[in-house]
Amino acid sequence: MKYSIRQSILARVVRLAWLPLCLVLVACHVDMYDQPKYKPNDVSNFFPDGRAMQPPPANTVPLNSYNPNSPLMTGRVEGQLADQLPPEIKLDAALLAHGQSRYNAFCAPCHGLVGDGQGVIAYRGPMTVPSLHQDRLRTVPIGYFFDVITNGIGRMYSYAARIPPEDRWAIAAYIRALQLSQNTDVALLSEAELERVKAGR
Amino acid sequence: MSAQIFPRNANAIFLASLFGLVMLIVGTIAAMVGFYLSPWYTDVGVAKAQPVPFSHKHHVSELKIDCRYCHATVEKAAHAGFPATETCMSCHSQVWTTSPLLEVVRTSYQTGEPVVWNRIYDLPDFVYFNHSIHIAKGIGCSSCHGRIDQQQLAAKAQPLYMGWCLGCHRAPEDHIRPREEVFNMEWDVNSLSLAERQQLVKEYQIPTDGRLTNCFVCHR
Repeated sequence: MKYSIRQSILARVVRLAWLPLCLVLVACHVDMYDQPKYKPNDVSNFFPDGRAMQPPPANTVPLNSYNPNSPLMTGRVEGQLADQLPPEIKLDAALLAHGQSRYNAFCAPCHGLVGDGQGVIAYRGPMTVPSLHQDRLRTVPIGYFFDVITNGIGRMYSYAARIPPEDRWAIAAYIRALQLSQNTDVALLSEAELERVKAGR
Repeated sequence: MSAQIFPRNANAIFLASLFGLVMLIVGTIAAMVGFYLSPWYTDVGVAKAQPVPFSHKHHVSELKIDCRYCHATVEKAAHAGFPATETCMSCHSQVWTTSPLLEVVRTSYQTGEPVVWNRIYDLPDFVYFNHSIHIAKGIGCSSCHGRIDQQQLAAKAQPLYMGWCLGCHRAPEDHIRPREEVFNMEWDVNSLSLAERQQLVKEYQIPTDGRLTNCFVCHR
C-alpha cells in the first residue's frame, strides 16, 4: 500500500517534469518585443532610402476639413496678405497665452523674448536679427507674420513643418501684443497697469 | 566492527554541501536579478556614441532652447518628434557653419539622406506609450528623462520597467506638476505640498479609481 502511494507521487512528478522547460520558452519571446511593424523614425529595409517614415509626396494636403486655399492655411485673402485673423481663429487671452508659449519655444532663440532681435542664437552667431519693433513690421498686415513663419524669409527657414497653421496665427497675434508692449504711450496706462510696469511684471 | 563505507566527517560534508547548494541557487538568482537591474543590462546612465556629438546640456541648459523647438510634436502626438535635419540647419546654416562635427548634418541636408542616430529608449512593441497625454496631464519631461539638460551625450535615465510605470500610474500625485512647469528641467516635486499635488490630480481629471493600472491602458 505504502509503496504504491510513493509510486504514484513519483509518477506525478515525472509527468510534470516538462514544466521547467517553460522557463526556457518564456525567455525567448523577442518576437513580441520587436514586431514586424514600423514605429516613428524606424529604419526600413523596404524603402530604398532606408526610412520607415516616408516624406509625403509634393503638394500633399492634410486629410481633413481644411481648405488649402483658405486664409487660415495661406495667410492671404484673394492673393493679398490678410489684415486680420481668419474666421476660424478667435482672438482672446487663451490665444495670446498659447501664442506666447509657441513664440518663446520657436521664435525667441533668434528674435529674443521681447522681439528685439537679441535672442541667444543671434547673440552667439553673431548675426543681426531684425527687431519686430521697427516701423515696417509694426505696420505690415498680420498675414505677413503668418507668411514668414510658413515660408521663411532671408536666412530664416520655414517653420511650417513644426508649427501648425493655428499656432502660427497664435504667434502672429502674440507678436502684435509684443509690439504693443514695446511701443505704448505711458500716459494711456491705467493706475494698476502702471503699478505692474514699475514692479517689473 | 563492521566496515565503514563513509568516513567520519561524511555527515558534516553532506550538510555543508547542502548549505552550499542552497547558497549557490540563491546567489545565482540574486546575481541574475542584480544584473537585470544594473546598467550593464538596462543601459541607464550609459551614453551612446552618435554620428553627431549632440549635447543637450549645451542646447538646453546653456542656450535655453525649448524642448519643443526640436521635439515639436510632443504635445500633440504619441511620438515626441525626432528633429529633421532641417531643424538642425535652421540654426546651423548660420552658426558653426564650418564645424567638422556638423559635416554629417550638412551632407544630410544637401543630399536628403537621413542622419542615422542611435536610439536611446526602445520600448517593447507591445507597449503603447503616448507623450502627449503625459504632457497634458502635468507630467514633466524630467520625470522620465531625468536631468537630460545636464547630459552631454544622451543616456537613458530609466530602465522603463513596467513596475516603474505602474508606480506613477498608481500614485500620480507623487510626480505631477502644474502644466506650465512641464518643460522646466529644474522643477522639484516637493515645491508643492502633497495636498496641492492631489488637487492638481483632481483638476487635471486623472482617474484615481485604479483605471490607470488596467492592462489595456498601455497594452493594446
